[in-house]
Amino acid sequence: MAVIYIDNKPYEVKEGQSLLNACLSLGFSVPYFCWHPELHSVGACRQCAVKQFRNESDTRGFIIMSCMTPVEDGLCISIDDPEARQFRASIIEMLMLNHPHDCPVCDEGGECHLQDMTVMTGHVRRRTRFPKRTYRNQDLGPFLNHEMNRCIQCYRCLRFYRDYAGGRDFNVFGIHQRLYFGRYEDGKLESEFSGNLVEVCPTGVFTDKTFMKHFTRKWDLQTAPSICVHCSVGCNTIVGERYGTVRRILNRFNREVNGYFLCDRGRFGYEFVNSELRIRRPLVRDARTAEAQPANKAAALKRVAQILRKTPGLIGIGSPRASLESNYALRKLVGPDRFFAGVSGAEQRLITAILDSMRKPSVLSPSLQEVERADAVLLLGEDVPNTAPRLALALRQSVRVRPMTLADQLCVPRWMDHAVRLVVHDARGPLYIATPYRTRLDSLATKTLRGAPDDIARLGFAVAHELSTDSPAVAGLSEEAQSLAHEIAQALQGASCPLVMSGTGCGSMAVVQAADAVARSLRKTGRPAMLSFIVPECNSLGLGILGGGSLEDAVERILKGDAHNLIILQSNLFRRLDRETVEEVFEKIEHVVVLDHVANRCVERADVVLPSATFAESDGTFVNNEGRGQRFFQVMVPQGDVQASWRWIRDIADALDKGELAPWTSLDDLIADMAASVQRLKEVVRIAPAADFRMTGMRIARESHRYSGRTAVTAYVSVHEPKPPQDDDSPLAFSMEGFQGHVPPAVIPRFWSPGWNSIQAVNKFQSEVGGPLAGGDPGIRLIEPMENVEKGQEGAIVPEPFRPRTDACLLVPLFHVFGSEELSMLSPAIAEAAPEPYVGLSPEDADRLGLRDGNTVAVRWDETELTLPAKIMDDLPGGLAGLPHGLPGLSGFVLPRWGKIRAK
Amino acid sequence: MERPLTQHIQPGGEPLSLAEYEKKGGYQALRRVLGSMTPRQVLDVVSKANLRGRGGAGFPTGTKWESVPEGAPKPRYFIVDADEMEPGAFKDRYLMEGNPHQLIEGLIIGAYTVEAEAAVVFIRWEYTRARKSLRKAIEEAYERKYLGGNILASGFNLEVQLHVSAGRYICGEGTALVKSLAGDRALPHAKVPRQTQAGLWGKPTILNNAETLCNVPHIISNGPEWFRTLSRCNDGGTKIYGASGKLKRPGLWELPLGTSLREILEECAGGMREGLRFRGVLPGGASTDFLVEEHLDVAMDYDSVQKAGSRLGTGTMIVLDDRTCPVGMVHNLEHFFAHESCGWCTPCREGLPWAAAILKALEQGQGRAEDLDTLGQLTGRLGPGRTFCALAPGAMAPLKSALKFFRADFELHVAEKRCPWR
Repeated sequence: MAVIYIDNKPYEVKEGQSLLNACLSLGFSVPYFCWHPELHSVGACRQCAVKQFRNESDTRGFIIMSCMTPVEDGLCISIDDPEARQFRASIIEMLMLNHPHDCPVCDEGGECHLQDMTVMTGHVRRRTRFPKRTYRNQDLGPFLNHEMNRCIQCYRCLRFYRDYAGGRDFNVFGIHQRLYFGRYEDGKLESEFSGNLVEVCPTGVFTDKTFMKHFTRKWDLQTAPSICVHCSVGCNTIVGERYGTVRRILNRFNREVNGYFLCDRGRFGYEFVNSELRIRRPLVRDARTAEAQPANKAAALKRVAQILRKTPGLIGIGSPRASLESNYALRKLVGPDRFFAGVSGAEQRLITAILDSMRKPSVLSPSLQEVERADAVLLLGEDVPNTAPRLALALRQSVRVRPMTLADQLCVPRWMDHAVRLVVHDARGPLYIATPYRTRLDSLATKTLRGAPDDIARLGFAVAHELSTDSPAVAGLSEEAQSLAHEIAQALQGASCPLVMSGTGCGSMAVVQAADAVARSLRKTGRPAMLSFIVPECNSLGLGILGGGSLEDAVERILKGDAHNLIILQSNLFRRLDRETVEEVFEKIEHVVVLDHVANRCVERADVVLPSATFAESDGTFVNNEGRGQRFFQVMVPQGDVQASWRWIRDIADALDKGELAPWTSLDDLIADMAASVQRLKEVVRIAPAADFRMTGMRIARESHRYSGRTAVTAYVSVHEPKPPQDDDSPLAFSMEGFQGHVPPAVIPRFWSPGWNSIQAVNKFQSEVGGPLAGGDPGIRLIEPMENVEKGQEGAIVPEPFRPRTDACLLVPLFHVFGSEELSMLSPAIAEAAPEPYVGLSPEDADRLGLRDGNTVAVRWDETELTLPAKIMDDLPGGLAGLPHGLPGLSGFVLPRWGKIRAK
Repeated sequence: MERPLTQHIQPGGEPLSLAEYEKKGGYQALRRVLGSMTPRQVLDVVSKANLRGRGGAGFPTGTKWESVPEGAPKPRYFIVDADEMEPGAFKDRYLMEGNPHQLIEGLIIGAYTVEAEAAVVFIRWEYTRARKSLRKAIEEAYERKYLGGNILASGFNLEVQLHVSAGRYICGEGTALVKSLAGDRALPHAKVPRQTQAGLWGKPTILNNAETLCNVPHIISNGPEWFRTLSRCNDGGTKIYGASGKLKRPGLWELPLGTSLREILEECAGGMREGLRFRGVLPGGASTDFLVEEHLDVAMDYDSVQKAGSRLGTGTMIVLDDRTCPVGMVHNLEHFFAHESCGWCTPCREGLPWAAAILKALEQGQGRAEDLDTLGQLTGRLGPGRTFCALAPGAMAPLKSALKFFRADFELHVAEKRCPWR
């Protein structure tokens, strides 16, 4: 610790950090632009100037940039010095020479860092009479709007996009006062992290194009803390709503999880909530073939009770995209032995294996922030940039961990970004990637291996064996693979925070077991080891904890005639099982009740459809890939009869006179019940404050203190202001009345602080700038290694090497950040960014089959035949072919599997 | 008077070939260095000679070479800054066009001293003649095994590349030059770490001006004491001074470091042209403060010029006469600097065009009384420590001093709503 003097008062601060960091952490309002807590210091904007004094007798002092000055004991500065203040105001004056002053029509207005800093410095009068420079804007695709005239050249966009996120198609062009931040030519920004420019840009150059279509000022948004539903990472988000539609998603800082950034799927995937395909009223079908009729809630429930009473044998199918609470409610209603996870047996087995692995002793499942700190990484089988993009961004930072020591040796502070990047240059820490096809992280990799899932697993086992002979040897390994395994083992062993990452992406148990084996063997060498698994959906692990049979088990029950009625929770069976099987199920089963958000083929076939609330309209808990339980809160009262799935299930129980099964009036009741009956979920109650939590006697206001028009919004119906809707499930209020200040981190509805209207206000919510949220980052780790767990996966079998066949290819899933995930594909911007369906072929197989890029081919297995254009993928090993996961027409089957391919 | 740097150069003639250079004693210093001196010994000699950098900053060369930390990683890079872009400067050009081997010999000795095995001559695109002569000289040196592997059987290796720059003034800032060489935007970066610790591609890098290096063979051949006696001040050597403007004989001359301004302007350049009077001079190129009549007896060495309120800079001066509008001259300069700002930091990027726009308005008769205050404020806001690198403070030097020495001219522009010289 060091003592520094700011305007003659001593403060104790951490030594070595930047002075700007220290000042902001102490709560001083020092303006800045080019600095960003995650992108650090480059000294470009000169906005954070303060005055430094050499010693006590120095009365003149000199101007320094606080972002470029390391904190040293005895440092004596003044923020309030007139010359420093004047200089800071002059920087704004200069930035404003060319700024268009178009705040009233700018989407950033009201939450603009430039506005905040302008007010902070006190600059008010424009003195220049010369014309402003103007630019032509670019069409950057469906996500971002570009308005270059507003640019103040802080370079943050560039530093995020290129330096931090590794994007290549965005740059700064031109020189002197005519800089241009954009692409070489118009076109969609390629990086899946482009949306962060909305928050990284201090003004309105990059704004959210989806938000633009239903724009609302920040102060008019009702907001709530939420969790992203589009992959298993569980990034924390802020959802904004007005007039019953979700308007946008912003990042909600959580140091342990997403930090400052989201991926574009998470940011722009929200529009499914507003989709025209949403089911807003219950639907009832008298006969399977009949047209569905809208019904009111009571009538629908009556019908449900009627059909469920008529025939016994009810089973329930849960969902990895539904909350713990809704899944638990269904399990409670039907009974654990009649509850089935809504995933295939193959996926179920992988999730179980992963959960077992996470509970085995000594190996930690890392948080995303811990992934960022890993100094050697082995990635087995997972296309992370497409299945868990935010984690890929973390891996991108992890390769810099080891070379950072070069900067340390030269006494370059780690926050001095350009200097660090100069010293580190292109040095990278060890990152080994073994996947069936090329990933966007490959350019950072020390070495890569392309192979079939079994070959990837064999490499993993070979590494494990290199580390510890307790792990089985791999017979028949090529010399090349052997030496790669040796090299990887060395790299992991030489690291202080080695990480093994894998997941369900390959659909291979052998890969998961191999990853587990590497981490265990590494641990046996005495190294700390982290093991991270990526799972398919936002609550795959939560559902895994609740257990239940697989979809195939459910089908078996039904086809055996052991089940007559079926409740399907937020799951489209046609996406998860092949069409014939689902058709058989619908043939056989007597009645189907579906609870879901959006119309899909399952909904079309159900006897009763109950409209269930999305993440934006309900509260609940997801368990992310780390094993962290996180609560999301509803931002709005749903339209029509939409309500949380668990409430429908409770209503069904009531309608069946089985209220004792579901004695919950609020979410807290349900959580308490769940925590009491599922041992592994007992901590869930601690994730967020209960509904009766109050701040100085008040609920937490979802609406901002400047929310406008509350008396006008419904004035066309009645001039009397309605009573705000009641919220029984959370301590938040659907009102601007309520507590507006600092609240416990799990329930922060927005970042806003006096003088800090932009997202940069997050500074004011952290224990220190860039550090954890004051009060601790939200979420509770529910799955920890246990010392006394029985040996789960020991005796894993090393698979045989992959043998290509001449009559068929092994079809493996190919993932697309835009396209592979179900709900986000219902958002127009994401759908626009998704590729057309295709089948990926290796050059060898294409040659063998006489196929060229774009040729139409048939892919066949069992009764299924798909007709697709071929895409030759030079990175795909011979014998493999790829099917893009989840694209239209490409779901309802489990991969990998063998398929025959021929020209058509 | 000895003129080691230019003695063999024939103005307007062909550059010295390798054979001619050797005949004049060329590469003897290199032979001596590689034959009998350790890098440490070379360093000592150069340090003792008090050779200061001729690029503008005047940093002691020995100190710079010494700042490569012992045991620093390799490869190390040696860069010659031959990107002479300072308005008014043409001294490096003269040396490279006339005697390229002198530079190459100095470069090899420098590289040997800091144990660099790769060197780059970073040369201005517009210098086509110099490029040609250097390219030929490098080829000759390779043929004669002064470059390449195991030079003169000493075990020392050095590869030299000629890099033609894309032509940006900011490359005069060493960190920007290095960035540009690495294929990035020519942006300056922080002085921590020092270039000698981590420069080009993150490796230790030495950057010397072309004229500086031309001195090195002579120091080795004649010794540091000889070198120190060449000058009229504490710093050693001669300096190539240049003068442009409405003088009788504009040009450049190799003179003892510390020769007085008056001597250069009146004796070498022959004084002002008929009918014109001297009003001021930018002593070291466009980015230095004006000196006026009262300063004519200032010795043109680093410390004396600084004491007089300006900088020796490149030693190539631009003279202002009494029939040229100082506002127009400064406008011309600020227009140049605004154009050459790299666009990195706010004061330089935004402030310079603002200053240029105001000066243009003054020249066009659209000046306002408050413009002079704004200009004055800008000279402060763009001053040292407030901008990222030295470009903007350098750009402000002529403006600030013009506002001081020629304020009446500025005021006249405002009062008469026109440029009085038009």
